[in-house]
Amino acid sequence: MAAPEPEALDTARSRAKDKSPWNWLLFIPIVVPLIPAFFNADSPRLFGFPRFYWLQLVWILLGVGTTTLVYQMTKKKRGEH
Amino acid sequence: MWRDHLTEIIVFTLLFLLVSAMGFVAARWRRPQDMAHLDEWGLGGRSFGGWITWFLVGGDLYTAYTFVAVPALIFGAGAAGFFAVPYTIVIYPLVFLVLCRLWSVSHRHGFVTPADFVRNRFGSPILALLVAITGIVATMPYIALQLVGIEAVLKTMGVTGDSALARHLPIIIAFAILAAYTYQSGLRAPALIAFVKDSLIYVVILVAVVYLPYKLGGWGSIFDAADAKFQGTANNPNDGILLNANNQLQYVTLAFGSALALFLYPHSITGVLASRNRDVIKRNMSALPAYSLLLGLIALLGYMAIAANVKPLPGAKEGSVDGNTVVPLLFDQQFPDWFAGVAYAAIGIGALVPAAIMSIAAANLFTRNIYKEYLKRDATPAQEANVSKITSLVVKVGAVACIVFLDPQFSIDLQLIGGVIILQTLPAVALGLYTRWFHRGALIAGWVAGMGLGMWMLYQIGNPATGKKHFAGSAFPLSEFGFDTKKTIYVGIVAVLVNLVVAALGTLVLRAAKVADGPDGTTPDDYFADEGDPRVSTSADSADSAREPVA
Repeated sequence: MAAPEPEALDTARSRAKDKSPWNWLLFIPIVVPLIPAFFNADSPRLFGFPRFYWLQLVWILLGVGTTTLVYQMTKKKRGEH
Repeated sequence: MWRDHLTEIIVFTLLFLLVSAMGFVAARWRRPQDMAHLDEWGLGGRSFGGWITWFLVGGDLYTAYTFVAVPALIFGAGAAGFFAVPYTIVIYPLVFLVLCRLWSVSHRHGFVTPADFVRNRFGSPILALLVAITGIVATMPYIALQLVGIEAVLKTMGVTGDSALARHLPIIIAFAILAAYTYQSGLRAPALIAFVKDSLIYVVILVAVVYLPYKLGGWGSIFDAADAKFQGTANNPNDGILLNANNQLQYVTLAFGSALALFLYPHSITGVLASRNRDVIKRNMSALPAYSLLLGLIALLGYMAIAANVKPLPGAKEGSVDGNTVVPLLFDQQFPDWFAGVAYAAIGIGALVPAAIMSIAAANLFTRNIYKEYLKRDATPAQEANVSKITSLVVKVGAVACIVFLDPQFSIDLQLIGGVIILQTLPAVALGLYTRWFHRGALIAGWVAGMGLGMWMLYQIGNPATGKKHFAGSAFPLSEFGFDTKKTIYVGIVAVLVNLVVAALGTLVLRAAKVADGPDGTTPDDYFADEGDPRVSTSADSADSAREPVA
């Protein structure tokens, strides 16, 4: 299986995309939800939810926002899809 | 008495039959040219796009366990049970890049299982065998856990009996049907059924989180009722609607450890490898947290059950209670019969999708890494598919046996033990995607150390409340290590850290002693390949080329 030239270029380009500095943002939604000091309290309540519950549900948005941002910033610009 | 639940039983049965029919029809859906190939039967042709993958992986990760056991945990212990939420938040950013690498290298070499990858990457059939066996053993209790979900529903509907056989007959029938259509349609069956399952679950939960608080006096009073209940239980200092100083470490390590473990499970990897390209995976990492929101809301059903004064049904043993019945009972008590039937069907079908995928994944492991490796090296793709189909039947029989002979009360604990076990494949599978530094012998030593320690720690954990002396949970008291503290920590994290240390030290020793290492069958480029890349295998040639390292 010898690799033809154009393909080597392709993979080199996708590797460059994989190494994007945007990827470092992914650490935020990994670390933040694992710090109980942020959410382990009752007040303030929101719609009757203690902070423990509503804030951890808000972290879901943090996760979605970060992964979406990283995906958009690192996806291939050739854009055939 | 089942007669009081007739409407529920009828709705449940109708939906169950509809889904069963879909399972059989699925063989014709996105019809392959040649079904007698493991890529088709076991990975759905590796062709699923964004939506199908979302439903499939969502239905695969958020199982009947979600619906039944997490609220049961919240009902019993409070805040500690909410770990499922941070767990399913950190998982996606954690594996965002890792899974893409796994997808790429698997497609280029035609890998079907994580053990396939390990065999090629580290040139070690023994390490691959360990990974395969770990996967199969960890998956078995997980499948059993799905049955617990169905059983809780059946129990609530009064479908039960005096003898063990009569009590389990409905589950045996349900699993026989599941086994039949999985045998015929492979991964296409759960993929198609997942649409129905997830739609039902979303409807049921959205209705539940709007309608139930309205009936129970609002969210504020639901939390207050839970708080009052936990204040009244003086004998259990670790429950409550907030964490205390002693269980925070357990909460965080359990969430993180479970997240590390999730995508090491063979069934999660099966779902990922079935997707069409890297983009599908990345988009899903952003979209799958929709299920986490659902999970958080489902978890809170446990508090609603407290506020609604639900009393769980008796368990298998005299004097025990079956906490898993709280959500079905809550639905039975609060919803009109027909809607409770829909909710039960959602739980029941919710058990079938992951059970099907898990049995497929376990069967693929057996076929690729035991049968083909040790029993019949020259197996054709058709023979592989056939062996996998038969193994998937055997796996389901094993899961049913698990449930008939074990107390369902321990379902979560069983699954947590599975999590500790599967975590021990982390250095070889997950780190192996990034580095070839580890020596194969050291990885084996690390696995042995991690497994040994993990099992010992689990053995030490008892639960005074239930009188269980061993394997009663995954929260290990740090005082056992000689620390002067009441804090507890998740067993899996400790075990995998020791595993890593042993693997690293072992690598240094083996390298210094110049012990021969295995060849690496992959190249750095393999980890970035994408759909359309000329060297990404098509399903026609992949299974056979997989064994040959690409030069």
